[in-house]
Amino acid sequence: MSDATGLTNTGLAKLIFGRLTLESLPLHEPILVGTFAMVALGGIALVAVITYFKLWTYLWKEWFTSVDHKKIGIMYMVLGLVMFLRGFADAAMMRAQQAMAFNGSDGFLPAHHYDQIFTAHGVIMIFFVAMPFVTGLMNYIVPLQIGARDVSFPFLNNFSFWMTTGGAILVMISLFVGEFARTGWLAYPPLSNLGYSPDAGVDYYIWALQVAGVGTTLSGINLIATIVKMRCPGMTMMRMPIFTWTALCTNTLIVASFPILTACLVLLSLDRYVGTNFFTNDLGGNPMMYVNLIWIWGHPEVYILVLPVFGVFSEVTSTFSGKKLFGYTSMVYATIVITILSYLVWLHHFFTMGSGASVNSFFGITTMIISIPTGAKIFNWLFTMYRGRIRFELPMMWTVAFMLTFVIGGMTGVMLAVPPADFVLHNSLFLIAHFHNVIIGGVVFGVFAAINFWFPKAFGFKLNRFWGLVSFWCWVVGFWLAFTPLYILGFMGVTRRLRVFDDPSLQIWFVIAACGALLIAAGIGALLLQIAVSVWKRNDLRDTTGDPWNGRTLEWATSSPPPDYNFAFTPVVHDNDAWHDMKARGYARPLQGFKPIHMPKNTGAGIILSAFATAMGFALIWYMWLLAAVCFVALIAGAIYHTFNYKRDFHIPADEVISTEAARTKLLSAQAAS
Amino acid sequence: MSVSTPTMNGEAPVFYVADEHDHPPGQSTLFGFWLYLMSDCLIFAMLFATFGVLGTSYAAGPGPKDLFDLKLVALNTTMLLLSSITYGFAMLEMMKGKVGSTQMWLAITGLFGAAFLSIELYEFHHMIHEGAGPWRSAFLSSFFTLVGTHGLHVTFGTIWLVTLMVQVAKFGLIEANQRRLMCLSMFWHFLDVVWIGVFTFVYLMGVLR
Repeated sequence: MSDATGLTNTGLAKLIFGRLTLESLPLHEPILVGTFAMVALGGIALVAVITYFKLWTYLWKEWFTSVDHKKIGIMYMVLGLVMFLRGFADAAMMRAQQAMAFNGSDGFLPAHHYDQIFTAHGVIMIFFVAMPFVTGLMNYIVPLQIGARDVSFPFLNNFSFWMTTGGAILVMISLFVGEFARTGWLAYPPLSNLGYSPDAGVDYYIWALQVAGVGTTLSGINLIATIVKMRCPGMTMMRMPIFTWTALCTNTLIVASFPILTACLVLLSLDRYVGTNFFTNDLGGNPMMYVNLIWIWGHPEVYILVLPVFGVFSEVTSTFSGKKLFGYTSMVYATIVITILSYLVWLHHFFTMGSGASVNSFFGITTMIISIPTGAKIFNWLFTMYRGRIRFELPMMWTVAFMLTFVIGGMTGVMLAVPPADFVLHNSLFLIAHFHNVIIGGVVFGVFAAINFWFPKAFGFKLNRFWGLVSFWCWVVGFWLAFTPLYILGFMGVTRRLRVFDDPSLQIWFVIAACGALLIAAGIGALLLQIAVSVWKRNDLRDTTGDPWNGRTLEWATSSPPPDYNFAFTPVVHDNDAWHDMKARGYARPLQGFKPIHMPKNTGAGIILSAFATAMGFALIWYMWLLAAVCFVALIAGAIYHTFNYKRDFHIPADEVISTEAARTKLLSAQAAS
Repeated sequence: MSVSTPTMNGEAPVFYVADEHDHPPGQSTLFGFWLYLMSDCLIFAMLFATFGVLGTSYAAGPGPKDLFDLKLVALNTTMLLLSSITYGFAMLEMMKGKVGSTQMWLAITGLFGAAFLSIELYEFHHMIHEGAGPWRSAFLSSFFTLVGTHGLHVTFGTIWLVTLMVQVAKFGLIEANQRRLMCLSMFWHFLDVVWIGVFTFVYLMGVLR
């Protein structure tokens, strides 16, 4: 082992650098060096641009330290989008590898690299793409929908975001310093134990998820408290918008499942760091316990992702059909039933464990039962559309594509829920096709519907329709082109995570799937173009009304983008679809009587504490005990120091409220005159 | 489906609160903290479940009967239960607004907590010294993790307690500090409840086995 300092490997160097050496840098891997060069150049360019335009102070004051739920929501979406590009790059490499590695070819990825890629793809897409996307949406929309000015704990909100980002940074560092786990996205032991994975990969996995997991749990607590405690007068539980309902259920699931992930990963890290025997094969340990525990978190996680987008589809369907949602009450109860049932199905992920016919039957049946409330939701959306005046705007198109795609994914899910069938299909590409069918067809399509729907609210202008349509068709067609072959291959018995193939007759399917991935890449490109073109032509797409879609819920009652305080006066709600009700009954926007508004103050504590936590994670990954101890003490001391700050709020002066509202009045009357 | 609120005499209904007052901060704090405690409770639930699964996997090593000294554990339990009572006294004094006696009871609570931790550390040290460390068997892994996690919570509770004592000394029993003492109170009693589970399921039933 050479030493990073160039000194001999003394005890001191070991204390400081742990097991990190120059050899930990993957200089011998041309793909990684190339990626690093590109990321480094891009990073330098970004930093240069920010410095050139003197944006650092603006970013720090207005964004990084902001406790405004709207800005934090947007930052979550940006994080999700950036990580989405990384996660998709992994997917594209896998598709290319599998399309090439036939007839004796080894493809272009060595095994140890390929294994990191499929692990990183899963981890990134779930934890650092889908989670930030849904958390960002809930953060932005929920307080507006319930007529609140912020969340219950604005500082915690900022801290949660930076912890999630810290986790994402650790995963990104693993690309260039050391390696990521080669275990698959759930890091099953004994493979993830020290004996089989001695390098830093699994430790990157553990600490990235632990740092991000703290953020997720706290943001779950925050949003539950917000929804329970901060609804405006008149908004009873059964008058809440469906998106808020699904957000409540999702955050309940987060608070009730992420602690299990945390504890489970603590046990795995104790096995790796202390030498305990939880998941070992000897001295009484039991690896299958890990599989049980991680799926007790993992199955609710699936619903954490999909419930909020069910909420999105409900809002979109109702808005663009010009009708109130069909079966509001049944929609609420379906959501609650799914929430509860999601805890009773975890074992269907490993029927093949061999727990016996009775146990497998129980979990098979509970799994099939979940399709009932989900089916009820589909019918509610269909009946909402029935005899509605449907406007096929982009959000509605994504919704229709979702319904068609998701139903197929749901049906293959019911097939997998039958234990005897699962014994054949377990860990096959059929399973891969199934869960991509529900996650892309559900969560990703839902996030795109939501982005197209709420973008004008967040930024004050709509997204370009043409590039939106290009993105839509590339995605939908690309999805089916990429994953139908995987269903077929799964039926032929091809298992997941394979790097090379012997049977040349399979190649054509992988080539088709790669073409699908190419189309999806075009869809992503079109999405980025759509955003760029919309920013470029924002004056043509401007929304001055605050209500570009003839919306139904309270977020459309305020301006686009909303002022810092959301509502100059707290709304009072009399019915479901509160904003629709207000418009129908002659609501007049208040023009005077404005008062100072009480708001939380920005703070840098969140980003600083998260930086310590992330650095501590990095130190623990590389056994840098000194740095880990220093960071830990700094984290505790920083948190205590923060509690000595008692002045966390301020008032927006009435004059400022008056001028903000007057500007809007002017805009609205100009609109009415034209 | 809810029905629209009827309006008197066909007047337009009120759609906003015109005369709004400041909402004092921290209205959701106790509820939010309760949610946090429930999430923490799940971590303990999982560690209990792990102990339930692995608690008899001795791997030909020592079992509970060889290791647990019930007298010591009884003493330890007494320390923690007494600390909960004294915390209760501190809260009663806080309600009366008496800074001095609140601080005194908090200090006594902290001392009981420290005594609990010392005894626990002694017990751990003793077991490790006898070759029964957490790496010896799955039973010991799950024992040390469950009891140690509880101990870690008490440690953080004690640090928090000291912090709050400094803050009460500096700023008095202001509303924010009362709220913080209330949160720590819930935390402290929660740890007591968890310990009763540990005492019963780990120690008593372990020795019975």
